[in-house]
Amino acid sequence: MQGTDSQVAIQRQASVSSTVNVVFIRSTLVLAVGLGVLLFSIAALVAYQAGPAIGKFGLNFIFSTTWNPVENLYGAWPHIYGTLVSSAIALIIAVPIGIAVALFLSEDFLPSRVQQPLAFLIELLAAIPSVVYGLWAIFVLIPLMTPMGNWLYANLGWIPLFSTPPRGPGMYVAGVVLSIMILPIIAAISRDALISVSPDLRQAAVGLGATRWETIFKVMLPAASSGIVGGIMLALGRALGETMAATMVIGNSNNISSSLFAPGSTIASLLANQFAEAGGLQVSALMYAALILFGLTLLVNIFAELLVRRVRQV
Amino acid sequence: MTVLTFVAAGIALLPLIAVLSYVLIQGAGRLGPAVFTELPPPPLVKGGGFGNAFIGTLLTVGIASLFSVPFGIMAAVYLSEFARETKIASVIDFLTNVLSGVPSIVIGVFAYGIVVLTTGTYSVLAGGVALAVLMLPTIVRTAAEAMESVSNDIRQASVGLGATDFQTVSRVVLPAAAPSIVTGVMLAVARAAGETAPLIFTALFSQFWINWSQNGLLQPTATLSVLVFNFAIVPYKNQQQLAWSGSLVLVAFVLITSVISRLVVRRKSR
Repeated sequence: MQGTDSQVAIQRQASVSSTVNVVFIRSTLVLAVGLGVLLFSIAALVAYQAGPAIGKFGLNFIFSTTWNPVENLYGAWPHIYGTLVSSAIALIIAVPIGIAVALFLSEDFLPSRVQQPLAFLIELLAAIPSVVYGLWAIFVLIPLMTPMGNWLYANLGWIPLFSTPPRGPGMYVAGVVLSIMILPIIAAISRDALISVSPDLRQAAVGLGATRWETIFKVMLPAASSGIVGGIMLALGRALGETMAATMVIGNSNNISSSLFAPGSTIASLLANQFAEAGGLQVSALMYAALILFGLTLLVNIFAELLVRRVRQV
Repeated sequence: MTVLTFVAAGIALLPLIAVLSYVLIQGAGRLGPAVFTELPPPPLVKGGGFGNAFIGTLLTVGIASLFSVPFGIMAAVYLSEFARETKIASVIDFLTNVLSGVPSIVIGVFAYGIVVLTTGTYSVLAGGVALAVLMLPTIVRTAAEAMESVSNDIRQASVGLGATDFQTVSRVVLPAAAPSIVTGVMLAVARAAGETAPLIFTALFSQFWINWSQNGLLQPTATLSVLVFNFAIVPYKNQQQLAWSGSLVLVAFVLITSVISRLVVRRKSR
């Protein structure tokens, strides 16, 4: 009697635990798939909300330069232009320094006991909140850079790039701040790529009599190039979407200027400045701008992810 | 050439040192118990603090963690335990990485569309939802990595004793991976606490304490990061100083979690 009772209990327990088990496995599956669904629903929701603006302005939105909430006419070109230019400045500064740092941290210039804390310090750069970079840039970087800008304007003002007097905030400050923020990404991923180059390649180069720098330029960098390019693309994605630091120092002007010292705007700073006070069609226009930014970063990130992935699989 | 790389490393470290030292010098002056308990001062008035913003940050990040931690860890369990090396895991992995590259301001727009437009008000909840989406990829990635590094032997031992997958994961794998998962969550929390862009039009801002007697989580709130942003661009010295102190609190939080996570990872690899 007792024996059958406990057998029933065990069976019941077993069936309960197998139900729990199945529910558990299914729910982990659902949530994992949910991650992908989340990405698509972000795209879908932003596109849906942008609908009215897409219907009204079509593709003209991209190339039009008016942004007039009073008459409900919107175009995003100054902001798209500012996004591209500020990111380009950031890349021009950060790519050479980032790759040099990656070499510094992967070659044997220093004992690894010193290298690892240095690598950690540079990664810390990426963890500092962007609003803190913005605050620092307003009070430290701008006063530091304005005299340099003035000198360039006074002496090289005939070049369109330097054709306006710097008045504090401007495109060039935004570019510099963005370069500081993306440098750790380039350095970290390039370092990974360089470290994962097979030691045989290096030994072969050294065995053929190549110097350290011949080895680096003709063997190491080409072999690691797809990873390095992937890292640069990831950094570009970050620079395109970076909001706070850019908003705080770019000057937020709706004008396009050939001069780097002139104030500008990015899509992200447009959103940061206007979203909270917008209503009606303006919200939809802002959603449209967000959709463009989303599309832009998505392309860059997918390309980057594919390149970086290839490195990790090797 | 060798000198050039040394110079580059120096240039790369310069902003870090400059930012840290400025935040410390400018922020430490105002820091004291009062800044955590008092409301932000009006322009030109001495004293005050960012008590409401501090609580707002705790609340938004708390709500975000409530959503993202269980979601992220469960998804990571699937990726690392049930679908490792499969096509679907690799696709989800890919999408998660792409999600982590979505600009935070776009995620703010998403949270605005899904919460603010639905409930009709800027709110703590909307800010929490935005931060949750931002935290998810980090949590998934660190949790999956932590579980993958758990030795297969103890899984086999557990299954050999007749344990179900659920028992194996919840009683063996998760406890073994817990320290790394916790540090991953802390890194995500530190990141989220410093995020500003998605909060300026979801949690918005408020000069006051949260009024619990009405609306609860469905009302705007100040957060530390938005306070830093707002007070950085005003011309008033007293508010600017508070922005520096707020930055110091945020940076200290990020630094401490980064160092702790580094120590945990190092102890594990030994």
